[in-house]
Amino acid sequence: MKKIIVLLSFSLLALLSFSQVTLTKNRPLPSVDIKDVKGNPFNTVKIKNDGKPVIISFWATWCKPCIKELTTIADVYSEWTEETGVKLYAVSIDDARSSSLVEPLVSGKSWEYTVLLDQNGDFKRAMNVGPIPHTFVLNGKGEIVWQHTSFAEGSELDLIDIIRKLNKGEEIKQ
Amino acid sequence: MKKLYPLFFVFIFLPFFLEAQDLIKNSEVSGNFQTDAQYYLPDSKMGITESTIDGKVARMNGYAEINYGLKNFTAGMRFESYLPPLVGYDDNYQGAGVPYWFVNYKNDKLEVTAGNFYEQFGNGMSLRTWQEWTLGYDNSLRGLRVKFTPVKGVTLKGVWGTQRNYWEPYSNSNRGIVKGADLDFYVNDLFPSLQDSRVKLTFGGSFVSDYQKGKSMDMMIDTLLYIFSLPENVSVTSGRVNLNIGGFNFYSEYAHKINDPSTMNKYIYKAGNGLFATAGYSRKGLGVIISAKSIDNMSYKSNRLITINQLDINYLPSITKEHTYALASMYPYATQPEGEFGYAGTLTYTLQKNTKLGGKSGMTIAVNYSHVNSGKRDSIPGIKMDQTGTLGYKSSFFQPGNTLYYQDFNIEVTKKFSKTWKGIFTYLNQAYNKDIVEGHLNEYGIVYSNIGIADITWKITKKDALRLEAQGLWTKQDKGNWVAGLLEYTIAPAWFFSVQDQWNYGNNDKNLRLHYYLVSAGYTYNSSRISLSYGRQREGILCIGGVCRYVPAASGFTLTISSSF
Repeated sequence: MKKIIVLLSFSLLALLSFSQVTLTKNRPLPSVDIKDVKGNPFNTVKIKNDGKPVIISFWATWCKPCIKELTTIADVYSEWTEETGVKLYAVSIDDARSSSLVEPLVSGKSWEYTVLLDQNGDFKRAMNVGPIPHTFVLNGKGEIVWQHTSFAEGSELDLIDIIRKLNKGEEIKQ
Repeated sequence: MKKLYPLFFVFIFLPFFLEAQDLIKNSEVSGNFQTDAQYYLPDSKMGITESTIDGKVARMNGYAEINYGLKNFTAGMRFESYLPPLVGYDDNYQGAGVPYWFVNYKNDKLEVTAGNFYEQFGNGMSLRTWQEWTLGYDNSLRGLRVKFTPVKGVTLKGVWGTQRNYWEPYSNSNRGIVKGADLDFYVNDLFPSLQDSRVKLTFGGSFVSDYQKGKSMDMMIDTLLYIFSLPENVSVTSGRVNLNIGGFNFYSEYAHKINDPSTMNKYIYKAGNGLFATAGYSRKGLGVIISAKSIDNMSYKSNRLITINQLDINYLPSITKEHTYALASMYPYATQPEGEFGYAGTLTYTLQKNTKLGGKSGMTIAVNYSHVNSGKRDSIPGIKMDQTGTLGYKSSFFQPGNTLYYQDFNIEVTKKFSKTWKGIFTYLNQAYNKDIVEGHLNEYGIVYSNIGIADITWKITKKDALRLEAQGLWTKQDKGNWVAGLLEYTIAPAWFFSVQDQWNYGNNDKNLRLHYYLVSAGYTYNSSRISLSYGRQREGILCIGGVCRYVPAASGFTLTISSSF
């Protein structure tokens, strides 16, 4: 067992040092087959916004802070889109138990987001999402430039700041 | 384990050996890790002593996952360690290693995965492999998966492998080999003329088979020796349909399992059935959904001897709503795979801004009701109910039986009072058949409870907020009444501090009227998070999806660190 741990730590180190090159550049979205809110197939490389920034928010119907975050943003979403052209994709990780509740909840709350269903966590795993809410920002090229876990009242202000900076062509440092 | 060595080398050092620069430029590396560590303290009031802790004062669960991508290839692995596992996780997890690794190739038409994978056919009634860290649940398949899209609108999947069971290596005596095929037709994609139709139709089906070696088995049950003749291949066949017409949505799935004598069903030879149907309507400001589910003898595991939450091939989630407030989730329901009949409905409605009832900033109301009974079953003339070695009983499929398993009515109102004040108010009325759900023998009966919750947030400044939760649970049964309070202070986007207490003030036994206090603080930096808490953890059941885990009482410190890169 010890051998394995040593080997693994070594491998991880090797991988990390070699990947210095790759970590400093922005990462594109992985290609994963999930579903849209109606149950139709949707490949994640289609997450795009005509060269404008994108927000991806991982959430679930049973996650209170997630719903809080999306409700808070919903209040200012039309102002955000008008000002910056940003588009939000809300990726639900609800499984078969609650995924049928997603569309009624989104409609019931009058959210204007594009909602996607990741029923078995395939996109979640590919994006290395652990605890939710987990929010990503993509630049106009569709590359991941920023990410954040958890939500606290006021976090949405940081999110829109990032979007504004992107639109001005500023470098986002994480 | 040794067999894996060459594989590590292959996919870790592959990039070095291949010609460098260009490939490195196209490589993507990402990963995440989490560590949960607990330090336990004796707490005589909770019955925790030095001897129950048994020297294992510090325990840790941790994992690190790393993914590597290069053009059409991805590879990844997860290292896990439980040294020893946290209280409440199965001791069989003790140890460290790599239970999960995969290599994947994907293009527009074809996807091939070798190694471990998570897959779901339809809603999962025939097959679902998944993993949930907080539950300590992982039933991943290790083997081969192929996904093929011959034309747009048709998806064909095939899987072949064996499931994870803690750290136990596979042998043909400890679990079966699972094979499955799944087909989906997206009718609107198949016919270009229907592409823009308001009516969208999808249908699909799957076939899953589990091979367990051994055509016969001897077993002593209640002082009788049985010699079972067993099906070596147990199969589940399922079909499903999804129909959308504008705001209307309909989904249904049916599954049939051939006879599968197991410890779960007391070795009866009856076939199993499952049916799930849901219909919904959505438009801006309104969402309604009703669902019904009938399950009969549908437990499907790749080891017929076990009853614990391991080696499940299919997934039978509960139709009831999953609650997250502490007292609302005191009595959570879990599907009874041996048989149940349930229905549920949810309505979400938003009173728009600037209306009489909606006020200045609107108000959202969500109402949910669910009811689950036993399934209707009658005895076969001349045979005792559930008699081992027989067909067991006659079931009238899609009809409720007489025993109440669970019922939940709840209403939730979300209201923004002003720019700085908002609240969520919830009322719940629950009935919980403690004997059935927790597997007791007529000891507790049904627990009826009323629960009220107020969750109020005060935004002090742009970045500071204070949140108060006040909860009460009132019941004459089980442990009696509870109250709970929580105060949380957050400074966006990084800090949180909270104090909370759950008090079982109504317990019949005065010595058990305990306070379960917890003090926590946490710091988030981008996608990294660290939190520390000190206090008591109440004995209870933690459920996610269709699986629940018993969490014993504990007292002490908890440290959680997670990060994603």
